[in-house]
Amino acid sequence: MSDREEFTPRSKKKSQISEILKRLLMNHAAVVGMLIMLILIFAAIFADYVAPYSYEQQNLNEMFARPSLKHLFGTDNFGRDIFSRVIYGARISLFIGLTSVVLGCISGGALGAIAAYYGGRADNIIMRVLDVMNSIPNLLLAISLSASMGAGVGNAMIAIGITSIPIYARVVRAAVMTVKEQEYIEAARVLGVSNRRIILRHILPNSLAPIIVQASLGIAGAIITTASLSFIGLGVVPPTPEWGGMLSAGRQYIRNHWHMVTFPGLAIMITVMSFNLFGDGLRDALDPRLKR
Amino acid sequence: MGRYIFKRVLYMIPVLLGVMLIIFTMLYLTPGDPVRMMLGDDADEAAIAQLRSELGLDEPYLAQFINYVKKIVMKLDFGVSYVTGRPVIEEIMSRYPTTLILATVSTLVAIAMAIPLGILSAIYQNSWIDNISRIVALVGVSMPNFWQGLLMILLFSVNLKWFPASGFTTPAHWILPALTIGTSGAAAIMRTTRSSMLEVIRQDYVRTARAKGAPEGIVIWKHALRNALIPVLTIVGIRFGASLAGSIVSEQVFSIPGLGKLMVDSIRNRNYPVIQGGVLLIALAYSIINLIVDILYAFVDPRIKSQYSAKKRVKYAGKEGQGSVG
Repeated sequence: MSDREEFTPRSKKKSQISEILKRLLMNHAAVVGMLIMLILIFAAIFADYVAPYSYEQQNLNEMFARPSLKHLFGTDNFGRDIFSRVIYGARISLFIGLTSVVLGCISGGALGAIAAYYGGRADNIIMRVLDVMNSIPNLLLAISLSASMGAGVGNAMIAIGITSIPIYARVVRAAVMTVKEQEYIEAARVLGVSNRRIILRHILPNSLAPIIVQASLGIAGAIITTASLSFIGLGVVPPTPEWGGMLSAGRQYIRNHWHMVTFPGLAIMITVMSFNLFGDGLRDALDPRLKR
Repeated sequence: MGRYIFKRVLYMIPVLLGVMLIIFTMLYLTPGDPVRMMLGDDADEAAIAQLRSELGLDEPYLAQFINYVKKIVMKLDFGVSYVTGRPVIEEIMSRYPTTLILATVSTLVAIAMAIPLGILSAIYQNSWIDNISRIVALVGVSMPNFWQGLLMILLFSVNLKWFPASGFTTPAHWILPALTIGTSGAAAIMRTTRSSMLEVIRQDYVRTARAKGAPEGIVIWKHALRNALIPVLTIVGIRFGASLAGSIVSEQVFSIPGLGKLMVDSIRNRNYPVIQGGVLLIALAYSIINLIVDILYAFVDPRIKSQYSAKKRVKYAGKEGQGSVG
């Protein structure tokens, strides 16, 4: 009985997932990345409870206060608590990072899947359009899009999402091209299953691994791009706390108030590093042959 | 080989036209009237209509785009700056060399740091050199350029007073910005060099070279590195493009009067012709770098060269065959 169960597809899938999880949990760097990510996500969601002060609460008597027990990361030029602003900043950065990746993943993924599945002219047209997008460096494209749409959280999210379309399209295209030659896809086609259903129900779920890896690494890139846009005044507009914007504001006080430019940058670095560690670990866990 | 280069150059034309279309459309759809921006809000309607007609802004979208492309291709005319009234090409060309120097020096710094470290990391996999290099690369990839720039100013300019914090007049001014932009590039190049070398040094031909008694230096430099170079060249090309784009942000940090600073100022002033021209010229430089990288592939990887030579041989053999039959 138990032998028979082992060979059913469901238990095979389950054992595959537990195998991947096991490999992921054995990778210490990935576990550290995952823990930092979880702490950051927790802090971002419960910022109202975790942050000791409101992000906009000004105290002109305590301007430029050095880090202390009262203000862990010190205060800024308006006397606002930098620690609280960094925590609220996590909310903005993670939100833009996640949503832009979802946007890029869905649009790029759909384009990649169509290109690979239909091939021929559709593939050619889609890939040439992506070539054009690829010939503009990512950050420059994000800057141009934000410049034309204007600053703001929503626009930054869209701009970063659009710039990530080519990479997801390529990843999905490559994955779908591998999967579509498999026998079970041919079987589905013979059975008369519609193209849409084949792509959505059979091909995409089987091509998910590289997409998930790219997405986790993509969030890291999106967070840096968000901060870069805000740093040059195109991303999130003050007084909303965003790490890049905080660095831009602290820049003019760098000579005397180092803490204003140190902690927001550290927050960006730690967050990006955690997603990179997790993404690298996930890639190794999903395909151990790639581990080097 | 000539055919390969020719084909690759031809391929750049539709790509650049595509870039022009994207940039033109993006700014065409941007809200706000450029003519009112140039003449001010209190300008009279007749003057506005006249200037709009002179600039061709009253024409349909497609006509405007064709006109835009024609002007650039035939006369290198990118329009005039809304702020200074000077031709955009003049404004950009006065700043572009600075940005190109910065991007080139940064990429060279990145290559000089990354390739030796990547090779060492691969040769001594899992040793302390490998572990330290990987940590440094991870930090480099995760650090935003502009923050690193600020920290460098804090340490090397404010505290140690070793290098100037702003400007770009002497090579001493280049050091901090080039290190700033170069470090993130170095991290990416190092990771690619390492993984590419690891793949190659496990190949049979490397084992054969060692078995034949070739010195380790020759095995690494001649047999392994040359075969591992293709992905490295690709990432170097990509990083050069990233350095050009990254300079837009880094030039703000170090107050460098380059194209990036001009573009950010133009974004603030909604000076669209300058933004269009700047993006287009950066995309052009990026495309040229990618072209050079593609040509270098052929030199590094004899398979690409032989692919074209083989085609040529087949073509000639076919012709000779036809001749003999006839």
